[in-house]
Amino acid sequence: MTKQLQIVWTLAWRNLWRNHRRTLIMIAAVSVGVWAMIFMTALMRGMVNDMIRSGVENLPGHVQVHHPGFRDDPSVNNLIPATDTELAARLADRGFRAWSTRINVPAVITSERESRGVTLYGVDPARDRDVTFVADSIAAGRYLESIDDDGLVLGRKLLENLDTDLGKRVVLMSQDPDNDIADRGFRIVGVFEAELDNVEETMIFGGKRTIQQMLRIGDRVTEVAVVGPDYRDVEPLRRELARILDDDVEVLPWTELNTYLGTMLRVMDGFVLVWTVVIFLALSFGLVNTLVMAVFERVREIGLMLALGMRPVSILAQVMLESLLLLAIGLAVGTSLAWATIVPLEAGIDISIVGEGLEMFGASSVLYPELLLADVLLADAVVLILGILASLSPAWRASRYRPVEAITKV
Amino acid sequence: MNITLRLAWRNLWRHSRRTWLTLGAMAFSNILLVFMISLQFGMYGMMIDNTLRVMTGHLQVQAEGYKDEHKMRQTVPDIAELAASLRRDLELERVAPRALAFALASSSDRTYGLQIAGVDPARESLVSSIPGLVRTGNYLAAGDAAEIVIGSVLARNLRVGTGDEVTLLGSGLDGSFAAAVVTVSGIFETGVVELDRGLAEVPLGFFQDVFFMEGAGHQVVIAARDLDEAALLTERTRELVADNPGLVVHDWDALQPGLRQAIKADMSSAFFMYGILVILVAFSVLNTQLMSVLERTREFGIVMALGISPGRLGRLVLLETALMGFMGFVGGAVLGALVTGWFAANGFSYPGMDELTANFNLPSRVYPPVAFLPTVIGPLVVYFFSMVSALYPALRLNWLQPVEAMRAA
Amino acid sequence: MTAVKCIDLCKTYRQGEQEIKALDHVDLDVERGGFVCLSAPSGGGKTTLLNAIGGLDIPDSGQVWIAGTRIDNMSKSELARLRLTQIGFVFQAYNLIPVLTAKENVEFVMQVQGVPARDRAKLALEILDEVGLAGLGGRRPAEMSGGQQQRVAVARALVSRPALVLADEPTANLDSHSADGLMELFVELNRNHQTTFVIATHDQRVMAYAKRLIKMLDGRIVGDIRQHEH
Repeated sequence: MTKQLQIVWTLAWRNLWRNHRRTLIMIAAVSVGVWAMIFMTALMRGMVNDMIRSGVENLPGHVQVHHPGFRDDPSVNNLIPATDTELAARLADRGFRAWSTRINVPAVITSERESRGVTLYGVDPARDRDVTFVADSIAAGRYLESIDDDGLVLGRKLLENLDTDLGKRVVLMSQDPDNDIADRGFRIVGVFEAELDNVEETMIFGGKRTIQQMLRIGDRVTEVAVVGPDYRDVEPLRRELARILDDDVEVLPWTELNTYLGTMLRVMDGFVLVWTVVIFLALSFGLVNTLVMAVFERVREIGLMLALGMRPVSILAQVMLESLLLLAIGLAVGTSLAWATIVPLEAGIDISIVGEGLEMFGASSVLYPELLLADVLLADAVVLILGILASLSPAWRASRYRPVEAITKV
Repeated sequence: MNITLRLAWRNLWRHSRRTWLTLGAMAFSNILLVFMISLQFGMYGMMIDNTLRVMTGHLQVQAEGYKDEHKMRQTVPDIAELAASLRRDLELERVAPRALAFALASSSDRTYGLQIAGVDPARESLVSSIPGLVRTGNYLAAGDAAEIVIGSVLARNLRVGTGDEVTLLGSGLDGSFAAAVVTVSGIFETGVVELDRGLAEVPLGFFQDVFFMEGAGHQVVIAARDLDEAALLTERTRELVADNPGLVVHDWDALQPGLRQAIKADMSSAFFMYGILVILVAFSVLNTQLMSVLERTREFGIVMALGISPGRLGRLVLLETALMGFMGFVGGAVLGALVTGWFAANGFSYPGMDELTANFNLPSRVYPPVAFLPTVIGPLVVYFFSMVSALYPALRLNWLQPVEAMRAA
Repeated sequence: MTAVKCIDLCKTYRQGEQEIKALDHVDLDVERGGFVCLSAPSGGGKTTLLNAIGGLDIPDSGQVWIAGTRIDNMSKSELARLRLTQIGFVFQAYNLIPVLTAKENVEFVMQVQGVPARDRAKLALEILDEVGLAGLGGRRPAEMSGGQQQRVAVARALVSRPALVLADEPTANLDSHSADGLMELFVELNRNHQTTFVIATHDQRVMAYAKRLIKMLDGRIVGDIRQHEH
């Protein structure tokens, strides 16, 4: 049996190169197809990752805990009691990468000249560092230093819109639980920059306790944000949290909090698969053509082999193997090409000319393609499996030739 | 009849399976191209239209700098008069003035910050879809009553319904305290969360009183029938306001730069995909024609011995490719149009699409229109590149020597 | 007037390590209306000589003159023109384009020559008639016998009334009856139209028809016998 296998292998390989021009063209086509599959996928993944990362950072957190009524009525009346010490005790040593509690209310900020609607975040700077981006994006001044900090950190765009500057005073107005105006003056102590203008214009940060005092809410908070190891896999995190916290809070993963992004992630996986299959289908016509022609040219030879005692299944194996070898070479070349073109671009492709359009998608203007092993394996698997299916017909037909007819065919 | 043409046609069918498979590749790619391009064209048009119709309009007259800085004091003076005169000179009714400010709105239970727009109640519906999206109650009545229409999410957050009172607090043009009590006359629902949560409209006259505008406003909004009319109107309006030094006219592209860029970004990724499909078809054709030429080497040798030039043979190969390509073109365009037509009637959607499209003001089920240009352009490019790929086998014939060719196996 | 004149033709091929002299200082004169057979065992050089005369192959040295014009230094396109208008070729096999009918195979060459459509059809039918294939114009090569296929090839070679017809082993694939028929056709055309024939062959029956028999061996002419007149 192995003897036959060896012959089959040798024949398949040499037959592949009989018509080297045709084989090379086919390999080139497969390579281009595979390259396109992987390259496009890497670009899309990069874009989606980017969108999700900033989305998750802005939420923030992979999982959020808040009052059950908060989503319907995001007001200062739907808060949860959560002192840091209590939480620390419960959340410690559970493998959460980071967690933080914060206040999150709508407010109006007024400078000397202008006023704007914003979202006010009262945060604990030490904890928050690990959960959001702001601490790392300070462009001028400083970040908040403690929960009692009475300064305010704003985005640069907001600073411009308000016609004010670092060090100046502004007034914040919001609502307390009795629906009275809660207002307070603040000094701007820091300016941050973000990739999305929207973020710079609407998010402002103050010390948690200061804000709690301004809003007269004691030690209640709006949400607890928790970050786990991988944003793609948050379900275990969510379950764990739901287990250890009280029943009268809502624990939600980011995919439900920002359904747009959650859907985008799912849709992207589907899209990658569809794209890969489409490319392969386009290639498959050429592949079947090549095989059919190759078999047709060798009718007499096949007849001879059968007459000499080779088994039909060996003929089948030979043709399939030929096809698989061709595909394997194409896969190798295409994958290497993809790797070679993506890696240098991983530092980022600057597409700021369509920067504002990408903001509509929620993406930033530098594209970081991401080459995932899973995607490469998917492309390889699709090509090989569909390739086998496509080669079945010509291979089957070749094995069905009858020696006498085949030899006497002109 | 032309022998060469007959010859080319029959040569195609010497190996009919091979030709059918190549045509299959062309048809497959063409159908995909026609469908995707039609979908794109249809969606882009809708995207622009839907987005602009909400509030932006096709062009606006504003004070210089307002577009980027949105500062209260960057005003268009005597805005109602300006709107009226533009209406006269452009011979158009779809011209409406607006003023904008930030304020706090309080109901008996809650307070929220929002953007207030002072509008011309009679004319706002000509430039914005919001008046038509009032689900509960009525839109603002003509005049300067102390009324307000708010978004559905805001209504829910404030816990108010029609007839309830809301207190507005903000700062006026001169920086002084601005306050008013208004009655909710209607609640609108656009489907765009930012608007439903953060926008409210009051009559312009009322706004100007409350915020001490002294007859000024911030935007004169003009709506066009289509993008072509928009371009014309933009030019004319620029001429008309040319002698007001502080005013500028922005077209929709400047007002919503994200739109055109989002389209461009989407198009570039789409082009990449189309390009790959075209290249793969070209490879298919290259392979087929090359094989077809190689297996006729001896025949070509003999024909060249008869005195027929290699150039003529090359043209024959190109003619064969052209015939096949033409079939692929027509077949692909027709089938593609049929597929698109089916979706035009039944709509196209995939799981998760509704979330994504809402972000771009598109409905959750799209009906791609069947139009000539999007149907034809994909297959045409495929045809072109098929011809290009056949150049190699055709040109190779120039190097063919009759004697060697005839000796070929 | 000489139809064909070869002066000191030499051509050498390389096959691996060996050098093969296909033409070794060959001189030849064929007068107009001649009917010459070139005979040699396989590889004797007759095909090479035929190709040189027909402008298909350029000799390494020496000159070839056709009807008073020197052809060994012509460009490829000039040679193609020559073959199209002055010289007719008949090969051993695979003479015809398989996807065209007999009539179309004949018409094809005429179309390239620029003959208008109406004349083409008429001439094609006439020539098919002349070679004894009247009524078979609509058949494809696969639907005809070997002999009939060769006749179509002759018809095509002759339709433009070339002065010279070169045939390379035209009867090799034919049974004796068809071979005789073909040769008689050649003889008739030679007699009626004064067309010069140079036929390469190693078939004895064919050699019997020659007015002049030239023997070749290892690239040299070793015999030149005038046999009979037709």
